[in-house]
Amino acid sequence: MSAAATALAPAKDLTVARALGRRRRRTDAAIRWLCIAATLVGLFFLASILVTLLWRGLPMLDWLTLTTEFQPTRYGDETLPRGGLSHAIVGSLMQVGLATLIGTPIGLLVGTYLAEYARDSAFGSAVRFVSDVLLSAPSILIGLFIYQLVVLPMGGFSGLAGALALAIIVIPVVVRTTEDMLQLIPNTLREAVIALGAPKWKMILLVCYRAALSGIITGVLLAVARIAGETAPLLLTSFGNNVMSTDLGRAMASLPIAIYQQANSGFPDLIQIAWTGALLVTLGVLAINIAARILLRRRH
Amino acid sequence: MVVLVLLGGIIVTLFVGALPAFQEFGVGFITSTEWDPVEGRERFGGFVAIFGTLISSLLAIIFAVPVAFGIAFFLTELAPLWLRRPVGTAIELLAAIPSIIYGMWGLFVLAPFVQLRIQLTFGDTLASLPLIGFLFDSVSFGGTNLFTASLVLAIMILPFIAATMRDVFEQVPPVYKESAYAVGATRWEVVRSVVLPYTRISVAGGVMLGLGRALGETMAVTFVIGNANRLPQSLFDPTNTIASVIAMEFPESLMGSLQQSALFALGFLLFVLSFLVLALSRWLLRPRLKV
Repeated sequence: MSAAATALAPAKDLTVARALGRRRRRTDAAIRWLCIAATLVGLFFLASILVTLLWRGLPMLDWLTLTTEFQPTRYGDETLPRGGLSHAIVGSLMQVGLATLIGTPIGLLVGTYLAEYARDSAFGSAVRFVSDVLLSAPSILIGLFIYQLVVLPMGGFSGLAGALALAIIVIPVVVRTTEDMLQLIPNTLREAVIALGAPKWKMILLVCYRAALSGIITGVLLAVARIAGETAPLLLTSFGNNVMSTDLGRAMASLPIAIYQQANSGFPDLIQIAWTGALLVTLGVLAINIAARILLRRRH
Repeated sequence: MVVLVLLGGIIVTLFVGALPAFQEFGVGFITSTEWDPVEGRERFGGFVAIFGTLISSLLAIIFAVPVAFGIAFFLTELAPLWLRRPVGTAIELLAAIPSIIYGMWGLFVLAPFVQLRIQLTFGDTLASLPLIGFLFDSVSFGGTNLFTASLVLAIMILPFIAATMRDVFEQVPPVYKESAYAVGATRWEVVRSVVLPYTRISVAGGVMLGLGRALGETMAVTFVIGNANRLPQSLFDPTNTIASVIAMEFPESLMGSLQQSALFALGFLLFVLSFLVLALSRWLLRPRLKV
């Protein structure tokens, strides 16, 4: 009896262990396939968006669309003139350009302050914290802010207000990358410059900026890519415009707003143009993003 | 300093703009579902928009987190090395696509899909389920509804959560993982019992970051949520969020009107809400940010 039991026990343990092992491997395999599926789902959405944009935006992507202004819907009447997006392209370029010009120096200064002067101070970490919150803050609230601050006193929507709203979005992006890039510079480099008797401002200007240049440019590029597609703040600041206008004091068109208005117009020909605008914005934004990545990768 | 002034300025201006509405309606502004901009009988209550914002963001988190975890797990443990960079970049590019593009894609591609393939095909079957059937029982068949909006939001916040998870998973000391593998653990067991416990605070921070993004997302939601000031009775009902109400009504409201002030009040609430969530996210991620 006891002899039989001792002879049987290891065999029973072995079957239990085998079954357990099988279950563990099965769980592992199941999870593995679920994870692969999750990744494919993510990639599928990216592909779906890009394919839709190309498929519906490419047919109208021609010289005429790029160089004519908005026209009301033709509504099936092919003899009427076809509209384009030139007013929106010009408006977008002006507002994004101005916003980058305003936002970059401010962001650069704040980033430099955080990395070079206030690395461990309480005030520095407060600024860092606020800047990080601004980075993800809802952009429509920045629109409301500029509306109250600029649009109301000026008595109307303006391209300048749009550019200011975008500039506020630029600042935290540039702050973050500038600070990160400056912190990557080894301290020995700084000590070497100081040991030669250079003042701190010369060290920052001539050595640190030069060493971090590609990283800082990356930050600016990412900021441009971010604001090029911003719609919500512009809705409350530059409002959009159906005619070409380069007057910063008046309502100004932009690509995202033009897309928004024409996509919701309900007319198939205007929706077509909205798709073309969407394709333009997306290609631009993705190109800038990829350029920024390549720039950064070459450094490391 | 400029940055601090900016944030302070935003809070102050939003509050100043919101003051008339708060004075007029008091606490009732948050709990009332009435929203009537017609002149002479203006009544504004933000409950529908506040509820819509919270529920759509929560649903988006529920949809996005498992997928984001799968992607992060795939990118850190499963994928062969040559595949990690291109797939990681592709997922990050998803974050670069402007929200208006998500809105258009959602309106013209996803909404019809939800309407025809999901709601019309499975709606009746799902609605007859016990207990949870009411979630799918809707009389509106527009395709633009709470479900579509949450789905679009989920896709938009997916890359943020996935990237954070991947980054913190990568920071787990290899020795910990290797010792688990050495005692015979499978990859899933290593992630479940070593990686996740080690990183759980940061993972929560990443989820909070996604939530903060979802709360304030405007254009994509405006396109697909249906823009109706009604409390949703099911997933397929149109409703509203704070950001979408502001985007829809602000450009056409009168300067200095009570309606505008009510929208400012909603904006102020949204700011407080997303500030709290983002601050929490930053605080949770703090140990990992300092490399």
